[in-house]
Amino acid sequence: MGDMFRSEKMALCQLYIQPEAAYASIAELGESGCVQFRDLNDQINSFQRKYVNEVRRCDEMERRVRYIENQLRKDEIKMPELDPDQEPSAPNPREIIDLEAQLEKTENELREMSANGASLHANFRHMQELKSVLENTEGFFSDQEVINLDSNRQTEGDDPTAVQAGAQRGQLAFVAGVIKLERFFSFERMLWRISRGNIFLRRNDISGLCEDEETGRQVLKTVFVAFFQGEQLKQRVKKVCTGYHADVYPCPSSAVERADMIRDVNTRLEDLKMVLNQSADHRNRVLSSAAKHLARWTIMVKKMKAIYHILNYFNPDVTGKCLIGEGWVPVRDLPTVQQALSRGSKLSESSIPAFMNVISTNEQPPTFTRTNKFTSGFQNLIDSYGMASYREVNPALYTCITFPFLFAVMFGDMGHALILVAFASWLIIKERQLASIKEEIFNIFFGGRYIILLMGLFSLYTGLIYNDVFSKSMNIFGSGWQNQYNTSTVTDENIEYLTMRPNISNFKTYPLGMDPVWQLADNKIIFLNTFKMKLSIVFGVLHMIFGVCMSVVNFIHYKKYASIFLEFLPQILFLLLLFGYMVFMMFYKWIVYNDSSLDQSLSPGCAPSILILFINMMLFGNQEPLEGCKEYMFEGQELLQTIFVVVAIICIPWMLLGKPLYIKAKRPKNLPAPNQTVVAPAGGHGHGGDDEPMSEIFIQQAIHTIEYVLSTISHTASYLRLWALSLAHAQLSEVLWNMIFSMGFIFDSYIGCIVIFLTFGAWSGLTVGILVLIEGLSAFLHTLRLHWVEFMSKFYEGAGYAFAPFSFKQILEDEGEG
Amino acid sequence: MVDAYVPPLIITVIWAVIGIIGPFLARGPNRGVTQCCIMLTAVTCWLFWLCCYLTQMNPLIGPKLSMNEIMIMAREWGNEIKDTMDVVA
Repeated sequence: MGDMFRSEKMALCQLYIQPEAAYASIAELGESGCVQFRDLNDQINSFQRKYVNEVRRCDEMERRVRYIENQLRKDEIKMPELDPDQEPSAPNPREIIDLEAQLEKTENELREMSANGASLHANFRHMQELKSVLENTEGFFSDQEVINLDSNRQTEGDDPTAVQAGAQRGQLAFVAGVIKLERFFSFERMLWRISRGNIFLRRNDISGLCEDEETGRQVLKTVFVAFFQGEQLKQRVKKVCTGYHADVYPCPSSAVERADMIRDVNTRLEDLKMVLNQSADHRNRVLSSAAKHLARWTIMVKKMKAIYHILNYFNPDVTGKCLIGEGWVPVRDLPTVQQALSRGSKLSESSIPAFMNVISTNEQPPTFTRTNKFTSGFQNLIDSYGMASYREVNPALYTCITFPFLFAVMFGDMGHALILVAFASWLIIKERQLASIKEEIFNIFFGGRYIILLMGLFSLYTGLIYNDVFSKSMNIFGSGWQNQYNTSTVTDENIEYLTMRPNISNFKTYPLGMDPVWQLADNKIIFLNTFKMKLSIVFGVLHMIFGVCMSVVNFIHYKKYASIFLEFLPQILFLLLLFGYMVFMMFYKWIVYNDSSLDQSLSPGCAPSILILFINMMLFGNQEPLEGCKEYMFEGQELLQTIFVVVAIICIPWMLLGKPLYIKAKRPKNLPAPNQTVVAPAGGHGHGGDDEPMSEIFIQQAIHTIEYVLSTISHTASYLRLWALSLAHAQLSEVLWNMIFSMGFIFDSYIGCIVIFLTFGAWSGLTVGILVLIEGLSAFLHTLRLHWVEFMSKFYEGAGYAFAPFSFKQILEDEGEG
Repeated sequence: MVDAYVPPLIITVIWAVIGIIGPFLARGPNRGVTQCCIMLTAVTCWLFWLCCYLTQMNPLIGPKLSMNEIMIMAREWGNEIKDTMDVVA
């Protein structure tokens, strides 16, 4: 039956590898991705393991790679993406040394450049601020008042009055600097306070924003000059400046000196700019050359680290001459592992080849099912509920078809199905390009593209059978209903509706699907309801019977043959005799009751309700039939029903007591016989484990029985959601057409054209948004529930754990997402 | 009356061919999965069609139509309304 019938056989292997060959062998095993290694050293602290130094080296290299990546991102240099076939393999020891050296060199260069750059920038900023100070204080010093106050000014010319005036006035010092504008006002107040009002402060805002050295952001700054008298005040002012992080610059008071200084500063600014540009270029060059290799370096470092982690799982043997490791390998992949080991030995030119030894064990192996891109989606759906136990029957194989089919029963509309098929086909045709998109919601849809395609295809079929294309029917084969009323009746204005009688108006059965006349009919829903409800129950009961039968496969595999008689048989009898019989009644009613029959008891007026018949069967009740009708559908039905119900009731204690009594009988009477070893093979619940007390087993079986019996009814009714969602979908579709799109058909010619354009926009938007997306997601969810609860609870154990092989591909993918 | 059974017979035969002969034509590494899928498809789709056909084979009620709809049916689907109809009671 192929790979998916049950999970693969796994073998526990021991690997014996030479230490020299260990690195290369593990690298080869990582590329093949077949082995799930077990940690043999888990009691040992990670700091005491054998390869801890190597892991540290890898961590250091990773840190360097991350630093380089950050610098690249800061400068917004793009890294070229690697093609999958360009993926580098794990580096061998020589390459590791090279890689380490290269990474160290690059990192050191980048750090040096950053430091230099920072100091150059600071210098540049200071120069610029000095320039602003020199320019803005033009205004202050040219003021006549200030000139007179200035003590440092050299007297020009022989102006006796000026000299005298200067000598009279006394010494005035000043401090010039730059401060952030927001701090200026409290700065001013502080200066006022410490000088008791003896300071003359003037300010001039710098136009444009300057860079603040602490935060790197752009802020408003202002140039200030403070004039004061006396040395002490000068000290105080300087202290206040430091406290407010104001930069003080030496500013000469004479115009000539200032002009010289400005020229000086300008030339230095030019030089600095040039140096800054050159350093930026150099940094760019270093980063670009690093960017070319960075993707490869990242992958190589990751692989290295993974290999050393795995090597830490290995145990050195007593002689110290080889490393021993253990791992789970699928039996089919054993040759692959052998080849990988021999390749590794060859690459490292070791004298003694590594070898592998299969050991037998009682532990439960991991569950591994080989899937391709089509089946992996369905397998994921099942695994989300619970990982299958080892070698348990795999429901995903059947889910490939039953899931889209049950979805389609709820979704059946050819128009919407076409939209689904188109979307899925686009996703599948453009698989390669779309695989690289990382966005989460798109990835969910992309991962399920084959599921969506199948759902669409099955919906096309069910849409054909329901005869529903955007709420309209197709008439391919000709309707089977013909009008039999004459002209006068039809044109009578007092009559609104005419109902056609089947025996005179129905000439043939529409061969493929629902007759198109029903789309026009006023009582369409009544007719469709009976059809869809019966359909849902039919498929529901069949799906559940299938589920119960799957448990036989499990029993045979786990060699619990007694359970077939003690559990499966009563379960299937109960289900078949009650609900299978109900399905039979439905089919019987469809075939036998006829409007054209001559027997009045078989006419539509006498057709019994299946539900009432079923209830009466269970309660052993009776119902008075109408005139001329019979209560039962066929001869001997009453007796048959009684027998069925009695047998079904017998099944209940059979289920309840059968298995526990059997276990009790199997156990030896007087207890502890030594080594009662029979460990229950891979059973999740531990039924029949010899250490469980009998009361536990009885209680567990009671719970199972009650659960099963109640679930037959509740799950059967649960399948009616197939009807409910189908009805809702059809009605929504009809509402959208009649209330929105049809409104456009009322108008003629040009106005009608525009109105139809607008209404089509609204109609199509709502169709895609509500009917395809929301209804689709809703039907998907309900189908998933039907599978998980109604189908899988009949047989599925789901107590396994997933196979997580050591695979570079998986590690790189996980890192890519995380 | 035999003619009435031809369409359902044809459809049943088609699904039977797909469901029984189809699996033998499956090739490739996923042979088992493909066979299972073909068989399941045939069974479910045939059963779905069968339920629909059986519902309409002996309908217990007929459609309730308005006058406009009856007249459109008469015009488009070619069953004219006559002054007197031969009604088989």
